[in-house]
Amino acid sequence: MNITEIIIVSLIKIVFVLGITLLTVAYLVYFERKIAAWAQNRIGPNRVGWQGILQPFADVFKLLLKEDIVPEKANRIVHAIAPMIALFVAFTTYAVIPIGPNVNIFGYDISLVVADVNMGVLYVLALTSLGVYAITFAGWSSGSKYSLLGGIRSSAQMISYEISMGFSIGGVLLLAESLRPIDIVNSQAGLWNAIIQPIGFITFVVSAFAETNRLPFDLPEAEPELVGGFHTEYSSMKFAGFFLAEYANMIIASAMIVTLYLGGWHLPFEQSLGLSGSWLTVFQITSFFVKMGAMLFFFIWVRWSIPRFRYDQLMNLGWKVMFPLSLINIIWVAVIIMITN
Amino acid sequence: MTLEVILFFIFGFVAAVAAVMMITRNNPVIAALYLILNMASLAGLYLTLNAQFIAVAQVIVYAGAIMVLFLFVIMLLRPDNEKKFMESNPKVKIFSFIVAGFVLLQLIYIIFFSAPSKILKKNLEASVKAGTIESIGNELFRNYVLPFEAAGFLLLAATIGAILLAKKKIE
Repeated sequence: MNITEIIIVSLIKIVFVLGITLLTVAYLVYFERKIAAWAQNRIGPNRVGWQGILQPFADVFKLLLKEDIVPEKANRIVHAIAPMIALFVAFTTYAVIPIGPNVNIFGYDISLVVADVNMGVLYVLALTSLGVYAITFAGWSSGSKYSLLGGIRSSAQMISYEISMGFSIGGVLLLAESLRPIDIVNSQAGLWNAIIQPIGFITFVVSAFAETNRLPFDLPEAEPELVGGFHTEYSSMKFAGFFLAEYANMIIASAMIVTLYLGGWHLPFEQSLGLSGSWLTVFQITSFFVKMGAMLFFFIWVRWSIPRFRYDQLMNLGWKVMFPLSLINIIWVAVIIMITN
Repeated sequence: MTLEVILFFIFGFVAAVAAVMMITRNNPVIAALYLILNMASLAGLYLTLNAQFIAVAQVIVYAGAIMVLFLFVIMLLRPDNEKKFMESNPKVKIFSFIVAGFVLLQLIYIIFFSAPSKILKKNLEASVKAGTIESIGNELFRNYVLPFEAAGFLLLAATIGAILLAKKKIE
């Protein structure tokens, strides 16, 4: 491929990934409300369209038409930048997540990832570590005590759980001997990482919950204590920015869990199904999305089943349980590699 | 101009402007924001030099971790006393000008007058290879394993010391 072809292919991929993400985010909100209703024995949204299927568009429209209120004490520029940081981090992370094996379209060998970066996993970690600023600056710039406390809480939480997250990934990298997401997925063609290193899988999933600020770790926005937390003073599309970013982060977290621990697009015994080349590819891409959907359901399911932690419990869990466990996981993986080699 | 030169100018410009803005802001939180921007554009500069790992490490360690702690300290301690300190001690200003001038002279000497000790004139592939995480890991754990472990022990000692100092009462 020459340079223009590469640019065109990349642009198509970016548009495709962005389109899928935005649509998934919209319907994730719908499913969140439906599943919440199911968990609480209610009906849920059912007015807009058949079974409320057009509800997401009505929600977005409502947010667009609302008045954008900025508090008098707020720092206007930082107040506007904060949701942009959140969205930037949420959407640029998708660039390195592969959804399927290489495919052959019109004679071109195309990998199903926007950017096949040599150190894709570190790229994701770097971007998520910047996500803290969105919340910190949102809290600080609002000029409100509730917001500030929410912002500080969340940054303390995020840097605490980032550590166990990074160390859990260490085990995966040891096995795959690479930081490239495609290599990590291919290293799990036989056996998934979730089975080889269950401790690392659990610590990573728990840290992912904490990083995305979902219940039981949604202390930054604990309603009974902090009103709305860091987004107390946000309204209209700026609020929607945070809302969007939270759900986009959920999708990213699910995709990362699937890529790192649940075999990406691989399924055990996929070769024994006897599918021909292109059908196998279709099957694999479908299996990736099915796994991601299952993880997303898990995220929502947990949110409506488990109560919130107290703040000291959260910190104790992060530093005294998750961090040592992720270290044990690394030693466990190293021992396995030593034995099998 | 090649793409790399254009990117170098963009990142360099952003880094320089952010640095100047950082030292001229009155509000410490805004200054920290500019410092983050400066570090992010430095990471971009590393990328144009094919040092991918250092670029990512710059973002994770400096922009992602250290600056968060900076912000924490600023937000929780509210260093308003800084100004009063400066007003009551006018001699500090003169001292800081002397230090700044000294550093500037050093930089001018290093950039314009001293000969670079070793110019690496290797091809692009070798330089790309030197920046990958594999080669850095090999260097770190083969040639420099002793200094690396020593640094680890130093950090451990510092951590234990910090915990001890933070503890109010030692049993």
